[in-house]
Amino acid sequence: MRYSAFSIFKQALAGNLGWKPAWREPQPKPHYDVIIVGGGGHGLATAYYLAKEFGVRNIAVVEKGYLGSGNVGRNTTIVRSNYMLPGNEPFYEFSLKLWEGLEQELNYNVMLSQRGIISLYHNDSQRDHYTRRGNAMMMEGVAAEQLDRDTLKKMLPFLNFDHARFPIIGGLLQKRAGTARHDAVAWGFARGADRLGVDLIQNCEVTGIRRESGVVTGVETTKGFIGCNKLALAAAGNTSRVGEMAGLKLPIESHVLQAFVTEGLKPCIDHVITYGAGHFYISQSDKGGLVFGAEIDGYSSYAQRGNLATAEHVMEEGVTMIPGLSRVRVLRAWGGVMDMSMDGSPIIDRTPIDNLYLNCGWCYGGFKATPASGFCFAYLIAKGESHHVARALRLDRFERGFPIDEAGVGTQPNLH
Amino acid sequence: MASLIPCPHCGTRPRQEFSVRGDATPVRPAPMAADEVWNDYMHVRANPRGRIREHWQHIAGCRRWLVVERDNFTHEVFSVSDASLEQGGAR
Repeated sequence: MRYSAFSIFKQALAGNLGWKPAWREPQPKPHYDVIIVGGGGHGLATAYYLAKEFGVRNIAVVEKGYLGSGNVGRNTTIVRSNYMLPGNEPFYEFSLKLWEGLEQELNYNVMLSQRGIISLYHNDSQRDHYTRRGNAMMMEGVAAEQLDRDTLKKMLPFLNFDHARFPIIGGLLQKRAGTARHDAVAWGFARGADRLGVDLIQNCEVTGIRRESGVVTGVETTKGFIGCNKLALAAAGNTSRVGEMAGLKLPIESHVLQAFVTEGLKPCIDHVITYGAGHFYISQSDKGGLVFGAEIDGYSSYAQRGNLATAEHVMEEGVTMIPGLSRVRVLRAWGGVMDMSMDGSPIIDRTPIDNLYLNCGWCYGGFKATPASGFCFAYLIAKGESHHVARALRLDRFERGFPIDEAGVGTQPNLH
Repeated sequence: MASLIPCPHCGTRPRQEFSVRGDATPVRPAPMAADEVWNDYMHVRANPRGRIREHWQHIAGCRRWLVVERDNFTHEVFSVSDASLEQGGAR
């Protein structure tokens, strides 16, 4: 069923009784050309683009919970491409371009709102760093704009400009960045993939990866053995556990990242704003809640909940940046399990096993990458070589000495 | 992570007094060890779910480096010992 203004009107007249489920609930077939492990944003996007762009039709996505039950439904919904390094920026810009056409592509409202992201800075060296980042973006053809203090004061009067330790002296703006409705992204890709014949198999946990003479022949699941020609892992958060089933040793540590939402307010924050003095970022959802978060808790964790010490730290950062936040009540807090890689950048690559492909290490930047990650992973699976914007995201870049370390903190996964 | 960590020197203290470094399992190789050995130490992590050993420092207490053995899914802390008492894992 194609969604349109006309279909809404027609269904309304018919009492809304004619809507069909957005996807089927198939039982697994004995064998598929490609099995994708992980029914989150990246796995579903991979399935969609494999079927749509690369003509592979016999595909299954196996998901241990329900579709979109992981980090695609747990992030702070920010979409942007304001990266600095050559290995990253073209990839994220490709992703942003896909975002800009995604609703038409999927015939699904993902509520993309290009409200702009403003990264604040507080001293001269930070301004130099953001100028460098803006220049790096423009070198890749991505617009970036420096905002001075007076402009920011008119745009964002609620900020704490004269903080004694962290005065705000300017900000870097990417106008095309913004937010998207995170669940809708998973649902849109799921519906799109299902319409192209992809089997989306929920509540089906992979318990083993069967290998014969060095190649993968299929996966053991809670719904029995399913055979495949190619196996693709998109199980971020649990990559190491799934990888271990195939004997992979990976440069990944699992960490928890918390996010928060306040009670609904009238429109007050029009952009996505990030704080240069900490790692705080905030935007306002269409329902009015302020959605915000900061850095990871910093210790190894597979639990989808965080520590109160970090929650307190996040609130302190928020109130330092916007003093008025102290009067707002927080409604909910939650955590997601992140694949933290050793350089803070993701991996889309082949593995030492010929027909096993890997998509992981998204740290806490995976949501914005969803369309490009799916596209580039599908390209890799279909053609056996990296898409040109993802060719730096190699699994062996660490041992070869080509890390992509935006933050410049070295091989400390909890510092990225 | 648990809200309390029993420091072997200072007794049970709030987690805020401690700072985490990371996985305590990898052991620094000899300076002239093979590239593969160094790569494993620098970049490769077992990253299990369940019982793990992690380096923490009691920065607001005795400032000693500790090895905390805990469950990274349930957050239960099993044991805390001074890192200098660990075989090989000490720095």
